Amino acid sequence: MAEQKTLGERLAEHGVSRRAFVKYASWLGSLMALPPATSRAMAAELAKAKRQSVIWLSFQECTGCTESITRSKGPTLEDLIFDFISLDYHHTLQAASGEAIEAARHAAMAENKGKYVVVVDGSVPMKDGGIYSTTAGHSNYDTLMETVKDAFAVIAVGTCATYGGIPKANPNPTGAVSIGDLVKDKPVINIPGCPPIPEAMTGTVAYLLSFGKVPELDHLGRPKAFFGENIHDRCYRRPFYERGQFAHAFDDQGARDGWCLYELGCKGPVTYNACATMKWNGGVSFPIQSGHGCLGCSEPDFWDKGGFYVPLSASIGPTAKLVGGAALAGAVAGVAAAAVARHRKSSLNKG
Amino acid sequence: MDLLDFARGPAINVAMVVLVFGTLWRLLAILFLGKPADRTVPRLGTPGPVGAALREIFRRMVPHPTFAFAERFSFFNGWVFHIGLAIVVFGFRPHVLFIKNLTGLSWPTLPSGVVYVVGAITLVSLVAALVRRLTNPVQRFISGVGDYFAWFVTVFPVITGLVAVGHVGARYETLLAIHILSVALLFVWLPFGKLFHAFLVFVSRGTTGAFLARRGV
Repeated sequence: MAEQKTLGERLAEHGVSRRAFVKYASWLGSLMALPPATSRAMAAELAKAKRQSVIWLSFQECTGCTESITRSKGPTLEDLIFDFISLDYHHTLQAASGEAIEAARHAAMAENKGKYVVVVDGSVPMKDGGIYSTTAGHSNYDTLMETVKDAFAVIAVGTCATYGGIPKANPNPTGAVSIGDLVKDKPVINIPGCPPIPEAMTGTVAYLLSFGKVPELDHLGRPKAFFGENIHDRCYRRPFYERGQFAHAFDDQGARDGWCLYELGCKGPVTYNACATMKWNGGVSFPIQSGHGCLGCSEPDFWDKGGFYVPLSASIGPTAKLVGGAALAGAVAGVAAAAVARHRKSSLNKG
Repeated sequence: MDLLDFARGPAINVAMVVLVFGTLWRLLAILFLGKPADRTVPRLGTPGPVGAALREIFRRMVPHPTFAFAERFSFFNGWVFHIGLAIVVFGFRPHVLFIKNLTGLSWPTLPSGVVYVVGAITLVSLVAALVRRLTNPVQRFISGVGDYFAWFVTVFPVITGLVAVGHVGARYETLLAIHILSVALLFVWLPFGKLFHAFLVFVSRGTTGAFLARRGV
């Protein structure tokens, strides 16, 4: 449950100096590309912040988002749980179960009415009364709407929660929808990705805690600090694109030499995320650096974009079949038109 | 379905169908039309029809000496934007990938930066062609809506392509979608307007050459 001590008081108890804390806030600010003055304000506000009650709901998902956040470099999950937030409900991480944990959720909602944050991973099935995913006998829809009713804000993490994700992929058998499709009366912050970059999740929570407001979002509800630029523009392979040097196969010399993966279907030019700058696993690497093109997992419906290995400039759909049919029909039409014209000319000559 | 999906999917597919159907329809209708048997005796010493056709095709690539000075702008500018368009279409890797995805054909391409420069030169050349058309009394007199529309559907993909690679004015995916839609418009119009000369230019010049050669021209 949320306690009344401020974060500054808790850190002081643990021997963390104010200087160290300001350095930490500056690092966090630079992570989110905030101006220096804002970083100082962030330090001041974070010091005054009380533990934020967070209720984490998991719906149609694979738990990959939780796996991702537990690998966050900073703020670490431990930071979040013990310093920043009070994680009052989380299927994977909670110790309690059954009615006890449901009671804990209701208690957190009552104690922090209007102040708690709801984090959701997973999409919500709406088909057939939402029977495809239930918790404690309630459909995901009912649980979501009950929980967000008195929330301060909602953070949808992962592409399933933000856009419907893989459960929504064609033919969408469960009628999956995103959190933003259902929650209209609360601020919804989208942190997409499959999974999202851990620092994008934790940094957004830290921002909420520091300033008590939603960070600047783009047209898809994503924090611009993390989703403001496309991967292509920040990709270390970009010079090879400009030089016209492309890997033609995953095992050719171009691939070994680190050339651009555009031809192999990389969706970096139309994918907005911080993968190329923040990277993963503590800044070790990211998919393109590991030799595979970007799948575009932080964009809506990335699963149904015509194929991960189809270049962005290529058409999608049955183009070859359509063109083949059109060629046949065009040839028949052309020959028939010529035959009719010859017949008419012949008739005129005879007449 | 977002705009880019629409452009890469239904829009370009329909455009390709119209392009291929229209091109084959018109081309075969002309080629199979046949011509009346020429019962005249060819002039002595004239080349055969194939040689005459090839000679005419190459001869008309440069203006007749009589008109060389008067036509110098049209000659040079015409070559610049035609070669420029060819380089941009067939020398840029993403364009070749579009063709490769359809046909399996591929070839080495140029550095993207080179193609950008060629694209900019092509754009300037096409604008110059329009200015010439508007300012030259004869050209303006013989120009109709079809000429201006043909110019528009040619220059529009060049502009949208340059804007897309430059990320000017909008997000890249939007600019790319607009570029693909502009190409779709070009594909749809190509078989039915004056741009069909792309397919007929050598056929018509060759036919004219073979026809005239029999008469010693």
